[in-house]
Order: sequence, then structure tokens, then C-alpha cells
Amino acid sequence: MIDPIILFFLLGLFAGLSRSELRLPAAIYEFVSILLLLSIGLKGGIELARQPFGNLLPQMLAVVTMGFLLPLVAFPVLRYAGRFKRADAASISAHYGSVSVGTYAVAAAYFATRQIAFEEHLPLLLVLLEVPAIVVGIVLARGLSRQTRWGTIAHEVFLGKSIVLLIGGLLIGWAAGPDGITSIEPLFFDLFKGILALFLLEMGMITATQVGSLRQHGPFLLVFGVAMPLFSAVVGTGLGLALGLSVAGTAMLATMAASASYIAVPAAMRISVPEANPTLSLAASLGITFPFNVLVGIPIYHALAERAHMLL
Amino acid sequence: MEPHTRKLLTMVTEAVLETTIVRDIERLGAHGYTITDARGKGSRGVRNAGWETSANIRIEVVCDAETAEAIAAHVKKHYYDDYAMILHVSDVEVLRPEKF
Repeated sequence: MIDPIILFFLLGLFAGLSRSELRLPAAIYEFVSILLLLSIGLKGGIELARQPFGNLLPQMLAVVTMGFLLPLVAFPVLRYAGRFKRADAASISAHYGSVSVGTYAVAAAYFATRQIAFEEHLPLLLVLLEVPAIVVGIVLARGLSRQTRWGTIAHEVFLGKSIVLLIGGLLIGWAAGPDGITSIEPLFFDLFKGILALFLLEMGMITATQVGSLRQHGPFLLVFGVAMPLFSAVVGTGLGLALGLSVAGTAMLATMAASASYIAVPAAMRISVPEANPTLSLAASLGITFPFNVLVGIPIYHALAERAHMLL
Repeated sequence: MEPHTRKLLTMVTEAVLETTIVRDIERLGAHGYTITDARGKGSRGVRNAGWETSANIRIEVVCDAETAEAIAAHVKKHYYDDYAMILHVSDVEVLRPEKF
């Protein structure tokens, strides 16, 4: 059985590749992504209201560490095997160390369809995983120079749309608690998959726009865009096991590790490492890794998590 | 009523620069600016405003010649190399010179 939301993604891809007239108005895309970010934040917040914060600290630290390490693995590969310029290699590494909320949403829907439960506090880890890679990417491109305007960058990163909405949702969910949220559930939870379908329709069209630049930048990015998420997924699976997450929780963490950012990181890199070519990182993260994860990656990570749990 | 000549400075650039450039423009002495969303095609490919990272803005500033020159020199030095940006300056006639 193929999930209908995946078909929406394919429809968008088809519309984009065939240069159809179809276009989602920018305001709609904005609205849809705001709803997704808030829904995910709220879900996590409700769970935070249920369990003591202290219990989650080890997981939070582990995920932040992973966020620092993944770009450090990607960078030498891109720099020396891919022969990218230092700024480009650093920027692409930052994209792959960070996380894509869209991919997370698709994975969450994947498990919801199969009625497999996973740890509800994962959105907290999702927020944490966004930031470290950006810092690593800037340092890799720049070194620890005094000229880097960390104030401006911090503003860009922490007050960017995705972090504000995810943390905002977490706090609202936490403050209101499971009972308080019931009044807004129809919009944020019941409609979640419909909203995700619209989001994926637009993502399909955006992915299609990347095909041209992929053709230009050749086979290395193509291989990297598939191999890097597979490697990161193995790291995420290992971490999930070590932290004692459930099978689905492990697969979710693997998906987070495997996904590459295409909203928060591009904006931050554009401001702080302007000499990096944004076409390269977007072609890889949007043109290859996003469709790969959505279409085949998530089932692979699920199977990987099941195997890993059986071995233990 | 006699017309007064001022400069109209128009910039088309990446939306991601909005906050930074607006700060620069105000610091360099412009009294105001107008920003509109824009899309089009140039040496850096089609920028169709489909979503944030491919969005463009058009910034217009009406100011005196010195300010226009200062702004043009500033953005040329700081942004031309790394960002999608075009800039042009033209003469315009205004009715209330004290505003600009």
C-alpha cells in the first residue's frame, strides 16, 4: 500500500518536471509550513508536560553531540573526495548535519498510518538537532575568526521561522497540557495529514526545480546525496539503541539524522558564509536527499531499526 | 509648483538580505524605502519566489545624489561578489523635496 501523501509528492514532482501551470501561492506554502511546524511542536510539548524534564537530558546531550559530529564527517569527504571549495564543502556539511522538519513529518505520518507508536517527545530533539551543524559549518568555512558576527548569526538561527514555531509549539503544548489542547486539536492534529499532503505537493514542485542544477553539478553530489543519509541513518540507529528508544523511535531518530535541512541552514549560510554557492547545497539536500528519504529512505530506516533491535 | 530633482535608486536582490540592507540604507542617510516582492531571471538563474531561498525583493529609495552614491558604493563593496543583485539609479522629480 502506498501512502497517499507520497502520491501528492509525486504529483508535485510531475507537475514541476512537465512545466505545468500549477503553482501554490507563496502565502499558502508559508501557511502550510507554519501549521506543520506548530503541530509538531505542540505534539512534543504535550508529552513534555507528562514527564520530568531531567529524564530527557541525556538524550538531549547525545543528539546535540551528533549534530556537531555529522558535519565533521561530511566535510572531509566533500572537500577531498568531492574537491569542493572550502566554503561549499562547509555549507553542504552544515545542511547534512542539520535536520529537515518536512522529512520528520513524513516519517511521523508513516508510523501513524501503521499505528506504531514512538516517543512523543522527539520534537524536542528535532529542535536541538537543527542548530549545532550551523555553528560547525560556519567554523569550518571561516575558522574561529573574530570577524564572524555571531550576534547576527545567532539572531538568524534562533529567531528563524522554524525554531521559533517549533519551540513556541513545544511551550504552548507544555503549558496547556493534554486537556488544554483538545480545543485546537481539529486544526493541528486531525488535519495533519491533509496539510502534509499539500506541503508535499509543493515540495515536489520545488524538488523538480533542482533537477537542472543537478545536471550541471554532476554525479558526485548524486552519490553523496544518497550515501550520506544512509551513513547518518546508521549513526542515528546506533544512538537510538544506546538511548533505549523504541523501534519506531529509533527509526525516527535515524530519519532525523539522515535528513538534510533546506530552510533554516540555507538562510543561515547565505548570511554567514555568502561565498558558498547555495545552488550546490540545495541541489543535494532538496534535489536528492529529500526525495530519497521520503520515497525509499524511511522504510529502509524502519527495517534497519527492526534489525538492530532484534540483534540486541 | 516647481519640481525638484532627486535620485531613485532601485535594487533587486535576494530576500534573505532584506534586514541587513535596510539597516545599511538607513545608516547611510536615506529617509525611507519601499520594498516589494519580485521574481525574474538573471545571471544566477530563475528566481521564481516559489519559496524563501529563491525569493527576490526590489528595494526602492528616493534620496539625494550623495546618499544614492554612498549606498551604491556600499552595496557594491559588500554584496556584489556573493549575492544575486542588480542596482540602477535614475533621476526623478519630486514635489516635496524636504521628504527626501
